[in-house]
Amino acid sequence: MNRLDLTRSPLGMSLLRGRWPQFLLRAVTLAGFIFTILAGLFGSVVGSHNFAIIFVWVAWWTALKLVFIPFGGRSWCAICPIPMPGEWLQNGGIMRRRGGAGLGLGKRWPKALKGTWMQAGGFLLIGLFGAVTLTSARITAIVLLFILALALVLSLLFERRSFCNYLCPIGGFTGLYAQAAPVELRVKDPEICAVHEEKTCYTACPWGQYPLALKTSANCGLCMECLRVCPSDNLAVNLRPWGSDLGPKTKPRLDDTFLALVMLASALIDSAVFLGPWGQLKQAAYTIGSAGWFIFVAAFLAVGLVILPGLYALSVRLAQGAEQTWSDLRKHLAYYSQVLIPLGLMAWIAFTTSFAFVKFGYVLPVVSDPLGWGWKLLGITRAAGVGQVTTFSLILQVVLLMVGLFWSSRVARRISASARQAAPLIGFSSLFTLAMLWLLIG
Amino acid sequence: MSAASLIQKGKSWARVLLFLGLAALILFVPLPAHSGTPQDRLIRVEASRFQYSPGEISVNPGDRVTVELVSTDVAHGFSLDGYNFELKADPGQTATGTFIADHDGVFRFRCSVACGNLHPFMLGKLHVGPNILFIRAILLGILAVIAAVVSMHAQPGGQV
Repeated sequence: MNRLDLTRSPLGMSLLRGRWPQFLLRAVTLAGFIFTILAGLFGSVVGSHNFAIIFVWVAWWTALKLVFIPFGGRSWCAICPIPMPGEWLQNGGIMRRRGGAGLGLGKRWPKALKGTWMQAGGFLLIGLFGAVTLTSARITAIVLLFILALALVLSLLFERRSFCNYLCPIGGFTGLYAQAAPVELRVKDPEICAVHEEKTCYTACPWGQYPLALKTSANCGLCMECLRVCPSDNLAVNLRPWGSDLGPKTKPRLDDTFLALVMLASALIDSAVFLGPWGQLKQAAYTIGSAGWFIFVAAFLAVGLVILPGLYALSVRLAQGAEQTWSDLRKHLAYYSQVLIPLGLMAWIAFTTSFAFVKFGYVLPVVSDPLGWGWKLLGITRAAGVGQVTTFSLILQVVLLMVGLFWSSRVARRISASARQAAPLIGFSSLFTLAMLWLLIG
Repeated sequence: MSAASLIQKGKSWARVLLFLGLAALILFVPLPAHSGTPQDRLIRVEASRFQYSPGEISVNPGDRVTVELVSTDVAHGFSLDGYNFELKADPGQTATGTFIADHDGVFRFRCSVACGNLHPFMLGKLHVGPNILFIRAILLGILAVIAAVVSMHAQPGGQV
């Protein structure tokens, strides 16, 4: 089966099942989150001297894309501080599981708002306002505070982690790419679940998932609540080959396709804005409300909602034509979107590599002086250097993009009936990779 | 494990090694150096928040490049990746420096004086000769697609 169940090891089981190890990590991330908000609000306005900018947009954003997602899927969601206060109120205590006498109305999330549509919209908003959010510590702090408050209010109105499930753009990002990651939570023996009437795993799950029904890792936040309440120890946390969720049996929805396309468009546009030599584009993205910004918005939306989806739809139509399977374009658009997952994941990793290697020099100085007030907590007195892209970094970006193309081409071939049918999808992946190459190393 | 499956496994590994070898060859095989006559070039670069004009500069390998950096609003810098070359110019002032373009490829130059919120992204590009890495990457892309299709050749296709 190519799986290694971590719960088979007594140490692994106790670390995963115990509440304390996870709580300690969550306490650290919550403290860091609150400190980040305070640093953003009261620290230096110079972004490179402020903990909020460097830790959110350089350290955490890089760690998410280079470590958490590619090696742990939604592992960040397991320690994310944003849903914690609301969840504690819902559960009626910090170390309690769901179902206790907590606060909140516990309403169901409206059916019309389900899916990843709003997460994709949130990610588009991040892109549209990114030049300001990424460079202003105050705005970063206000956005984080808003997200924390929104998650809290929603948890008092709706059941479970409604914010994480339907609104959090980062949740959409991690959920999408977690399908390619080498971690999964699955039941060991479906027969045991079938005869278990209480379904304690479903009742305890803050994500509203029933483990027996998990087909992919997109919606499992790896919180381990099911593991803790299962009376039969019937849940496994498996290490598995990368990309295990991607295959002929997987049936993505159309909203997943839209999310995947938004991620691709965002990778392209962020690369152009932040790494390109076009000053006017940067200025347009930065001056919100100006005529230039509206042109930027129009261009961004054109790429994200028209050009890229149009090219993708064309490639799917051609793939259908190759095997004379003209029925139900929507179904095919959703099905073939699996190709976009490794492509997007590796594009984001390559983009981050280009960006992060240059900026990592800022991390230690802001740990030493997080508010930019002249502190020397680590005894560091020098400011960070300007940084540069090395030849190694450039070659690494090429290799990463090529891994993405190879991987997505394999997925295209795997889920297609013939090489002829896979060819248009491989063509789409090649075109996207060429655009990323041009932006990153061209 | 049967002899047939061992042979099959051996073939798979041989294919992997072949493609990895070809990839390494494409990425790292040395190419003949550009043999044009070096020239002296004077390039005036205007720096303003958060852009350089021109944003992209092209020279030939071996050229002796003199950069005149003019800051038109606040103080700006010009730090060139891959070269130990940096200029800083105060508002309205010009800073001048010269370097030999002895590394081929595309190099970013970036502002080295904090000049505002978008300062970390104030970038330009210097092209020294043809972008060989880009050409290598395209060849590598073709190889990646071939490798993907070949590696999946024996496996059954899917259904919607």
